[in-house]
Amino acid sequence: MAEKSGADILVECLIDLGVEVVFGYPGGAVLPIYDALFDHPKIRHVLVRHEQGATHMAEGYARSTGKPGVVLVTSGPGATNAVTGITDALMDSIPMIVITGQVPTQLIGTDAFQEADTVGITRHCSKHNYLVKDPAKLASVVHEAFHIATTGRPGPVVIDIPKNVQIATAPYAPPLSFEHASYKPQTQADASAIATAVEMLAKAERPVFYTGGGVINSGPKASLLLRELAELTGAPVTSTLMGLGAFPASSPQWLGMLGMHGTYEANWAMNKADLIVCIGARFDDRVTGRLDAFSPNSKKIHIDIDRSSINKTVEVDLPIVADVGNALTDMITAWKTHGHKAADLSEWWARIEGWRARNSLAYPESREEIMPQEAIAELYRASKAAKDVIITTEVGQHQMWAAQHFGFEAPNKWLTSGGLGTMGYGFPAAIGAQVGNPDSLVVCVAGDASIQMNIQEMGTATQYRLPVKVLILNNEYMGMVRQWQELTYESRYSNSYSDSLPDFVKMAEAYGWTGIRIEGPQELAAGIAQMIDTPGPVIVDCRVAKLSNCFPMIPSGAAHTDMLLDPNQIAGIMSDEAKALV
Amino acid sequence: MHIQEEYSERHVLSLMVTNEAGILARIAGLFTARGYNIDSLTVADITPDHAISRITIVTNGPPKVIDQIIAQLDRLVPVHKVTDLTANGPFVERELALVKVSGTGEDRIEALRLADVFRAKVVDTTIESFIFEITGTTDKIDNFVALMRQIGLVEVGRTGVVGLIRGKEPN
Ligand SMILES: Cc1ncc(C[n+]2csc(CCOP(=O)(O)OP(=O)(O)O)c2C)c(N)n1
Ligand SMILES: [Mg+2]
Repeated sequence: MAEKSGADILVECLIDLGVEVVFGYPGGAVLPIYDALFDHPKIRHVLVRHEQGATHMAEGYARSTGKPGVVLVTSGPGATNAVTGITDALMDSIPMIVITGQVPTQLIGTDAFQEADTVGITRHCSKHNYLVKDPAKLASVVHEAFHIATTGRPGPVVIDIPKNVQIATAPYAPPLSFEHASYKPQTQADASAIATAVEMLAKAERPVFYTGGGVINSGPKASLLLRELAELTGAPVTSTLMGLGAFPASSPQWLGMLGMHGTYEANWAMNKADLIVCIGARFDDRVTGRLDAFSPNSKKIHIDIDRSSINKTVEVDLPIVADVGNALTDMITAWKTHGHKAADLSEWWARIEGWRARNSLAYPESREEIMPQEAIAELYRASKAAKDVIITTEVGQHQMWAAQHFGFEAPNKWLTSGGLGTMGYGFPAAIGAQVGNPDSLVVCVAGDASIQMNIQEMGTATQYRLPVKVLILNNEYMGMVRQWQELTYESRYSNSYSDSLPDFVKMAEAYGWTGIRIEGPQELAAGIAQMIDTPGPVIVDCRVAKLSNCFPMIPSGAAHTDMLLDPNQIAGIMSDEAKALV
Repeated sequence: MHIQEEYSERHVLSLMVTNEAGILARIAGLFTARGYNIDSLTVADITPDHAISRITIVTNGPPKVIDQIIAQLDRLVPVHKVTDLTANGPFVERELALVKVSGTGEDRIEALRLADVFRAKVVDTTIESFIFEITGTTDKIDNFVALMRQIGLVEVGRTGVVGLIRGKEPN
């Protein structure tokens, strides 16, 4: 067999694995790979402006297309710049492959120029990682890495390739399908557990489906199955931040998001339920609030592909380790073969409607200032006409308002950094989503502070003519930090004011974008319409009320039933125990 | 405000792992990253082709945390199997220690007498010192070392625990 260089083997592997796009940034330790990609007919390389941008683009691409995102960066600073995105992908279970260059094997350990211990640094923020020292092993590592990144609970996998391994040669043939010796995710549920789950569901008087990002990771079919099971049982559905879109917001069975900034009805339903069916969610502290007061009188079923997520924080009565889609299929089949009918849940629904009537997402109206919630509501109305809409967010109040006031109907249309809460995620994620969905309307809902964390990627959007829209809800504050300071530290706004903001409209012009400023409620609808209708990338500086707070809110460490609904309930001081929680 | 401590229990875990670069760092790092305790950790490859290693970890924590430790270890890619020896019925555990004791006259005789009681072997001797080799459970070695401390303990080296399930079946 003719031998190929490590760099060529890598590129062959990528093609064999169906990779179409690589987000990357060159440097000395990856020059052989960049040469192999030069004018490549099959693999498109998107040149970013900062390696963190590449990782979030890959995440946005992955989350919106269901395909793994691929990143290529150089050694040392290239690899360390990628660490935040790798960690983000681990926390939110995003399939991603990060290829890093490394100094040649004989220089490893000598503090060589641009040497960093990439496998050491990424060992605990990746699902798995490899240092490849032999070109003959490269192909099997790359194929295995894709397998690990995309199966089980998805996640980021790092492949560190020393420069001499990229140049040395070895024979290449695509590996035949393989069975991994030790990595064998459990995807099929135990049949008796499914039977028990369905019995519990049929008998429940106050059931709630508590769903999460796992439903989306399982593929679009899982979302359809969730809808079917919800319909069969008549039970209400709530979701985590990561799971939005798996169940349609327009359904009467939808309770809205739960947790810290969730709806009154979702959190009260969790508190009063007699059965919680957790599907692909992980009882995160942002969801549970105070653990000893979390859903105290319910039996709990937990379906998750990751056994370590089960009983981690909340003890459950029935664990089911499986792929969500498979488990839902089995549950629907069991429900039907047992001839179960939806129970009469009218009493339960009457209580839920009572909570819903509190209208917990209501916000004060204003004729002088744009309410940030209203800006999201307007974006939602205005974007309904578009064929396909993908929303990404940065991190902060605007993120929560987008989650609350934009109604998602389908999976893979909502991209946000949930687990790590990474400011700087949303804008590059939008670029990655646009690369994967060239005909969709992709809007990044941003904050004035977050957008500055990866604003350099404006150049990337310009270069590749990606018509992303960035809607900045500009409150001149790190609003979420300011809100916590108002709640906890008697409004001492230590370093949370966004001083010296750039002129975002001029910035747009400098990069060849369109810039729009929206200053008052009267301009809101027209401004957002203009943003949507303008071809090419657009940045909107939407000046919103500066001191709005995001409600409802369960202060950290409080119970679901201690939810704050409006600003008058803010105490301004907190106990040290409460302050110590994040 | 004060930080609360929780009740914890001791467990011996036995892991079969792929013998590859970085595996020990992966396991040890998981413990530090997630705030778990390691009382001892031993590792050696155990197959003729050197492909598989057995790692024995003695840890302690509340029962819920022990379950988490096992689940977290189990999902590492190179981990083939995790067995909680403590929870899996009877098992044998042993540790080896080398214990250096110095002394003369009556102390020397007492050291030998105690070593005999503990079935420790003398593996090195000078006019003024012994090195004893002792195997047993962690408790037994702790006791031996405590007694020797009163006589003239100089230093101790311990291997950490290895363990196997009793009976003819593998893990
Ligand atoms: C990288 C990073 N650093 C710090 C934080 C902490 N943090 C969370 S929200 C926030 C403020 C965000 O401000 P902005 O983007 O203006 O959004 P707003 O809350 O005002 O809508 C900060 C600093 C974070 N989440 N990520
Ligand atoms: Mg802000």
